[in-house]
Amino acid sequence: MTEKLISIEAIAKRYPAPGGGQTAVFENLWLGINRGEFVCMIGHSGCGKTTVLNILAGLDAPSEGVVIVDNQAIDGPALDRAVIFQSHALLPWRSVLGNVAYAVGARHKDWSKARIKEHAEKFIDLVGLKGSEYKKPSELSGGMKQRVGIARALSLEPKMLLMDEPFSALDALTRGTLQDEVRGICLNTGQTVFMITHDVDEAIYLADKIVLMTNGPEAQIAEIVENPLPKDRERNQIHKHADYYAIRNHLIDFLVSRSRTFKDEMKGKPWDPMNVPLVRPVSETPSAPEPMRKRA
Amino acid sequence: MTIQKANAMTLSFRAAVVSILILVLFLGSWHLATSGTGTVQQMDPEYAKLMGLTATQGKSAMPGPLQVGATLWKHITNPFYDNGPNDKGLGIQLAYSIGRVVLGYLLAVIVAIPLGFLIGMSQLMSRALDPFIQVLKPISPLAWMPLALYTIKDSNYSAIFVIFICSVWPMLINTAFGVASVRKEWLNVARTLEVGAFKRAFTVILPAAAPTILTGMRISIGIAWLVIVAAEMLVGGTGIGYFVWNEWNNLSITNVINAILVIGIVGMILDQLLARAAKLVTYPE
Repeated sequence: MTEKLISIEAIAKRYPAPGGGQTAVFENLWLGINRGEFVCMIGHSGCGKTTVLNILAGLDAPSEGVVIVDNQAIDGPALDRAVIFQSHALLPWRSVLGNVAYAVGARHKDWSKARIKEHAEKFIDLVGLKGSEYKKPSELSGGMKQRVGIARALSLEPKMLLMDEPFSALDALTRGTLQDEVRGICLNTGQTVFMITHDVDEAIYLADKIVLMTNGPEAQIAEIVENPLPKDRERNQIHKHADYYAIRNHLIDFLVSRSRTFKDEMKGKPWDPMNVPLVRPVSETPSAPEPMRKRA
Repeated sequence: MTIQKANAMTLSFRAAVVSILILVLFLGSWHLATSGTGTVQQMDPEYAKLMGLTATQGKSAMPGPLQVGATLWKHITNPFYDNGPNDKGLGIQLAYSIGRVVLGYLLAVIVAIPLGFLIGMSQLMSRALDPFIQVLKPISPLAWMPLALYTIKDSNYSAIFVIFICSVWPMLINTAFGVASVRKEWLNVARTLEVGAFKRAFTVILPAAAPTILTGMRISIGIAWLVIVAAEMLVGGTGIGYFVWNEWNNLSITNVINAILVIGIVGMILDQLLARAAKLVTYPE
């Protein structure tokens, strides 16, 4: 389980600055992702989260550095790294089945039409869209569209699933259901996932590790937070866990202030971007802490 | 739903009634305006025979709707007669015109759509070809006619060339625009699925840009049909444009009006065909 599937090595992304010279979104970024791990990246807008994901997907190239997947440096998009887009990105002239089958057909060029259809239907079924196979995306709700996007990515049976804020455009109720389903599917299949979010609760519920990015430009990975909650956590139970508030407060502290002040925090201290600190926030008292309550 | 539908029904019904009223009003006033008797001059009966009804009975030179209707019926019942080069049925003339338009138009499709793809996909080609398009586009297609006649040396092919050159621009520009504005995320989907460039063009870019391309094609067919009449007046021989000019030389205003009517109807049919095709490729987002 600890075998490294993905290794991001010293990547940088720079853009030409308006006044000449270059602005670096991030420099010298290192990150490893193990097989079967669910990794979330959290940070404010502009820290380059999406750029990191696009580089992983092969849609964008780093200005420097490499990404190694399964011991091979990537040089573009590949079917073994499936992307679930924030805006679902379904082809509107194709039906649900057509969209998923398009991906299946791209992966298995030698398959017969019947086999492609059967495989696509299996994954449409998996995300709970049986009966909607022949609907066009415009006839589906936002949540259903994203389910199709998920089915399309899963149908590739990729080594790695990349998700760019996949649930951010959905209403809270749909978001919750989809999180449950994605978590279930990924746990069952041992799927390796890299997901971008800025929803702290989503990260706590889904992730094994949470990567914290400081604010851009020149963003860096501040630390990697190991989720102290048990793997078999349940949505409606996690807030009762002893360490829940420890990790939640840690993440919120980071987003509220430390993401901005992190560079000052580290000033003068040794910093090794290859080995950023791995933090495991646990509650200081062994028993479950009383949630803080404010009285008016 | 049913209430809305009922309202829509009554609306289209009422619109039809108003349309018919306008038509009746128009035909009625046309009839009255042309049936009036003007001043009749006293003249030698021999001379009067030469002058015709206009002079002897004060009849209007403009035919009335009944006269036009009667000739139209003759044309409809016998559209394909051929009594030599100067007297062919309306159907034959229309077939020549439609044939030229279809040929020139298809040539334009063959050139404009691939070239539009190239311009839409390549920033370099887009910028490089832009000055040419900007200069060539506003040229009246008939201005090409002498050059076409001189180089092609065939009036029929020259007319087809003129149709080609006038219908190529809207298609080219719309194809380029449609291709250039395909949503990036759809292209990214194709890229992450490792779909090759050729397959991507046909399975993502073409369906995504198809509504815009069809809009260009619809504009083009309209222009082509406008231009063919003028082109055929110039090159002569056959076609509905030639027919109009020939009947003008015959001073048969009745036939000229008939031709105008038929030109309008054929133009509408061509436009509707393209509108149907556009509907087929349009996708709701």
